[in-house]
Amino acid sequence: MAGVRALGVLSRLSTRRYAANTSRTFSVAPAMLARTHVSYEVKDDVAVVRMNDPNSKVNTISIQMQNEMTEVMNELWANDAVKSAVLISSKPGCFIAGADINMIQACSSAEEVTKLSQEGQKMFELVEKSPKPIVAAINGSCLGGGLEFAIACQYRIATKSKKTVLGTPEVMLGLLPGAGGTQRLPKMVGLPNAFDMMLTGRNIRADKAKKMGLVHHLVDPLGPGLKSPEQRTMDYLEEVAIQFAKGIVDKKIPLQKDKGMMQKIQDYVMSFEFVRNQIYKTVHGKVMKQSKGLYPAPLKIIECVKTGVEQGPTAGYLAESQNFGQLAMTAESSALIGLYHGQVACKKNRFGSPAKEVKTLAILGAGLMGAGIAQVTVDKGVRTILKDTTVQGLARGEEQVYKGLNDKTKKKSITSFERDSILSNLCGQLDYKGFEKVDMVIEAVFEDIKIKHAVLKEVEAVVSPHCIFASNTSALPIKDIAAASKRPDKVIGMHYFSPVDKMQLLEIITTDQTSKDTTASAVAVGLKQGKVIIVVGDGPGFYTTRCLAPVLVEAVRVLQEGADPKKLDSLTTSFGFPVGAATLVDEVGIDVAVHVAEDLGKAFGSRFGGGNVDVLKTMVELGFKGRKSGKGWYVYEPGRKIKEVNPEIGEILENYRMKANPAVSSDSDVQYRLISRFVNEAVLCLQEGILNGPLEGDIGAVFGLGFPPCLGGPFRFLDSFGADKLVAKMQQFEAVYGNQFSPCQLLLDHAKDSSKKFHK
Amino acid sequence: MASMLLNSVRRCPVSTSWAVRLGTRALGTTAPLQAQLQTKSKKTLARPGVKNIVLVEGVRTPFLLSGTTYANLMPHDLARAALQGLLNKTSLPKDAVDYIIYGIVIQEVKTSNVAREAALGAGFSDKIPAHTVTMACISSNQAMTSAVGLIAAGQCDAVVAGGAEFMSDVPIRHSRKMRKTMLALNRAKTLGQKLSLIGSIRMSHLSPELPAVAEFSTAETMGHSADRLAAAFGVSRLEQDEFALRSHTLAKKAQDDGLLEDVITFKVPGRDIVSKDNGIRPSSMEQMAKLKPAFVKPHGTVTAANSSFLTDGASAVLIMSEEKALAMGYKPKAYLRDFVYVSQDPKDQLLLGPTYSTPKVLERAGLSMSDIDVFEFHEAFAGQIMANLKAMDSDWFGQTYMGRKAKVGTPPMDKFNLWGGSLSLGHPFGATGCRLVTTVAHRLKKEGGQYGLVAACAAGGQGHAMVIEAYPQ
Repeated sequence: MAGVRALGVLSRLSTRRYAANTSRTFSVAPAMLARTHVSYEVKDDVAVVRMNDPNSKVNTISIQMQNEMTEVMNELWANDAVKSAVLISSKPGCFIAGADINMIQACSSAEEVTKLSQEGQKMFELVEKSPKPIVAAINGSCLGGGLEFAIACQYRIATKSKKTVLGTPEVMLGLLPGAGGTQRLPKMVGLPNAFDMMLTGRNIRADKAKKMGLVHHLVDPLGPGLKSPEQRTMDYLEEVAIQFAKGIVDKKIPLQKDKGMMQKIQDYVMSFEFVRNQIYKTVHGKVMKQSKGLYPAPLKIIECVKTGVEQGPTAGYLAESQNFGQLAMTAESSALIGLYHGQVACKKNRFGSPAKEVKTLAILGAGLMGAGIAQVTVDKGVRTILKDTTVQGLARGEEQVYKGLNDKTKKKSITSFERDSILSNLCGQLDYKGFEKVDMVIEAVFEDIKIKHAVLKEVEAVVSPHCIFASNTSALPIKDIAAASKRPDKVIGMHYFSPVDKMQLLEIITTDQTSKDTTASAVAVGLKQGKVIIVVGDGPGFYTTRCLAPVLVEAVRVLQEGADPKKLDSLTTSFGFPVGAATLVDEVGIDVAVHVAEDLGKAFGSRFGGGNVDVLKTMVELGFKGRKSGKGWYVYEPGRKIKEVNPEIGEILENYRMKANPAVSSDSDVQYRLISRFVNEAVLCLQEGILNGPLEGDIGAVFGLGFPPCLGGPFRFLDSFGADKLVAKMQQFEAVYGNQFSPCQLLLDHAKDSSKKFHK
Repeated sequence: MASMLLNSVRRCPVSTSWAVRLGTRALGTTAPLQAQLQTKSKKTLARPGVKNIVLVEGVRTPFLLSGTTYANLMPHDLARAALQGLLNKTSLPKDAVDYIIYGIVIQEVKTSNVAREAALGAGFSDKIPAHTVTMACISSNQAMTSAVGLIAAGQCDAVVAGGAEFMSDVPIRHSRKMRKTMLALNRAKTLGQKLSLIGSIRMSHLSPELPAVAEFSTAETMGHSADRLAAAFGVSRLEQDEFALRSHTLAKKAQDDGLLEDVITFKVPGRDIVSKDNGIRPSSMEQMAKLKPAFVKPHGTVTAANSSFLTDGASAVLIMSEEKALAMGYKPKAYLRDFVYVSQDPKDQLLLGPTYSTPKVLERAGLSMSDIDVFEFHEAFAGQIMANLKAMDSDWFGQTYMGRKAKVGTPPMDKFNLWGGSLSLGHPFGATGCRLVTTVAHRLKKEGGQYGLVAACAAGGQGHAMVIEAYPQ
């Protein structure tokens, strides 16, 4: 026995020390040693198969993983000592996070991807038909290909941990579940649930998964014992899974649960073809309404499910693999995958870790923004001071934070107790008491340089020297704000987007004087708040506001030329913007839009011309400030779902009527007038060094301004659409409207040389 | 001066015992036995400037499964019975105590200060103030230590402390909606207002609100948490069943041998005289193995047989300063020495109180685990006791979670809960603490030990431990 052990140690040493090839010639079981991703051991008669990608924090279904898994499975099926198997990950917090995206991106044709999909299908088919029951023991994320693997197993046990989520997020990458998911899910959870999962891509928590029938059994996570909670929970999950595997073999645990009355009724209803057809039709209609037909993946998912259900598995699996191949080659998919990579990159702090962690944050101004920032801060365990100047303002702000958290309790994502203990981090006050202990101040006061200067001075009088002053402004240049500071190296811009708890983007603005540590600290705070962060240079409107302003001005011109707000909205949403241009102005606030248009107009001159800002000014004078005042382009009344165009707008627009030039006023022309001004300004930001790179430009445009995700952002759009084609269109508009449409130099360079791409 | 002399005399044997130990060690096999015999006369924990506080007497009603003979009583009736028992046993004059403190967990709304109602009903002078404390399963421990505090501070010389719990009847409330309507009805002035309020009552108003046996902060029931705790420490079903069986077997033996002398007889109004605990039921391992898990189904390990059951019962102790007890002619049973309260994470360490409190109280008293002759731990669940023992035996746990250099160390089983425990005798939440302390005093006397240790866990992730010293014979 000891000898065997010693040998084991030796062989392990040899693999570590020398290249794998040399050791292979010595070792007895080369296949065993060569396996790096999948291993197994037999406990009694249960094989425990463990997955662990040594090169990553998460497990993905890669070619390596797939090959090793097939090998292991074949060994298990051939091994008479094994009666059942447990499939488990060695990584705490991750079962399998999905298929390896790089594996799909490395393919150059649809056929290649189809082949990948078919290999996956085959492997999972073998798993599904396994003569020995396989229990998937799930702790942590079980997504995409991981979920498809799990649902091919005979039994699923999941931990009730917050980290355990199941889902099919492929649709968010413009793909579909391509390894049997579109075929197995409808059978497992029923058509409506399956469509919901696959079309939204949303994560499903363990308890919900149990209710849906996606997993059979739940295991509670354990606290500290003789090992760390994470480790012990995984061991416990394994022990329970082994117990169940044995139970299944002994027929003590049934694989099929008795269906409840509701389930039986549902199944009966579903057995009618016309009912199913009605479902396909409804779902198709919903998808078309929401995606405007700009995203091919959801439609393909419906098609695959329909084929499988109506024409049988052979046709279903074929449709799945072929559609998967086609989707992988679409521009939409590569745009969405690009955004995914960008999002991952923008969740890292490229400035390193700050010298001092922010433990106490103060927010000035308890308005929508201030309270929103407080809400995303308190729940991360950061002590937060919310300061306002009036009791009413403060009460409103604190109520907003409470309501935001209470909504989470209602959705059961946190308990009422957690809500209360989170709220204990919030301290509302009217004075500067305790500011000497504050590590960072974010001001969210009114957008007026005088007020900003006043609070900056007040703050600097009370805070300690290390405290950072961040301004949440959407357009005022940070260096102008910093001009009043005694310590301009500690001044930075943190531009949040409303509503703060929903919008993922945070735009951080640095001046020439901002120190690197200040930036690192601001990024660290943003990351803690769960934001996707772009760091841009200082200038009027920074990046996001600067791109938005010309679009808004152009939108006003379109309205002056006779389009009504609804028409304008439909033109923009059908291009892929989630919110129409007119609605967007109402959301932002007409008064804010006036502010921005005038400020930036002054800074950039005629390039920011177009529509007449006086239209907006007149509206503000009449009290039409957008949604917040109840009237803007539309009329807003609480409780009314369908919004009507503000009838009084017609008269104002009539007074400022401009004649539309038919040469550039077709629907498509209007769309390109709007989009080209956006894109040109974005490229100019890159050219001027406001942007660090096209990736951050894309992320900022999509996550902050709602640039069509299917286009992947302005830079990816240029790459796929062709800079030359856009320049041609712009020159056509330029001839009519003048320099507002003059392409910038960088854009011209790309138009001239088609090999130049923003994204490699 | 005299006490100092006494101290030094007392200390003498200790040093000789060391000499004996050192000397005999070389001789080999007989050494440990001899040393053990010698350590019976250890130093006292009396400290200059600190009052000696003694346990004069401790009694309890028989602990009965809820819903049995006590079913028609009220909580203060049980407390009353315990108080009367104490009066009878000690022949204490009814105005001789300065204060009365009771512990309870599930409060009957009508008698929210159950201490006062019980004291009046038990015939104590109405001039004696009384208050009620609550701290989950260590409520009567809190009552006792509050008494100790009053005496130590010179406020009182004699205090009665106790605890009661009545699980045969618990307050079940109307739903919040219904309560709101009823309260509004109180304030309604016109008939029209009243009628419209009555008209607003819907079916959903009528569903009652049961008292939760769950932690408020985590919404997890205690049994569920115990099951997770047992799993976290890898305690098997077998270990739990074995421990539960041990508890029942030892309790049965103690009952049969007449060791449970703190139990008083109680003539239950309208029913028979009760004089014995009725939850002691030694079973067989096979029988116990048949039970299905009660909380975590189907793979859990905590069952009805290895958990403490819902119990009705009350207890009472008489605590005095040593001078006062001697002056009144009592022979005290034991000194109540150092005590601690601890608290930790109410989710994952809900029932680990003894692990945290034991080393802390030993340190305060300047004792080590091996100095203790009698251990009485509250047995909420067999799994909880086993988990605590494993935690105390783990270097990793001691280092990672308790900031210690090494493990706490475990109490030897031949000194541990030798007369049964909460698993077998029953566990009226508010009353268990006094039972533990009285049992330690009785065991110290019976077994001839010097130091005893009480430790208990409680809901809310809290814990308690107390060192008790035998009163010189």
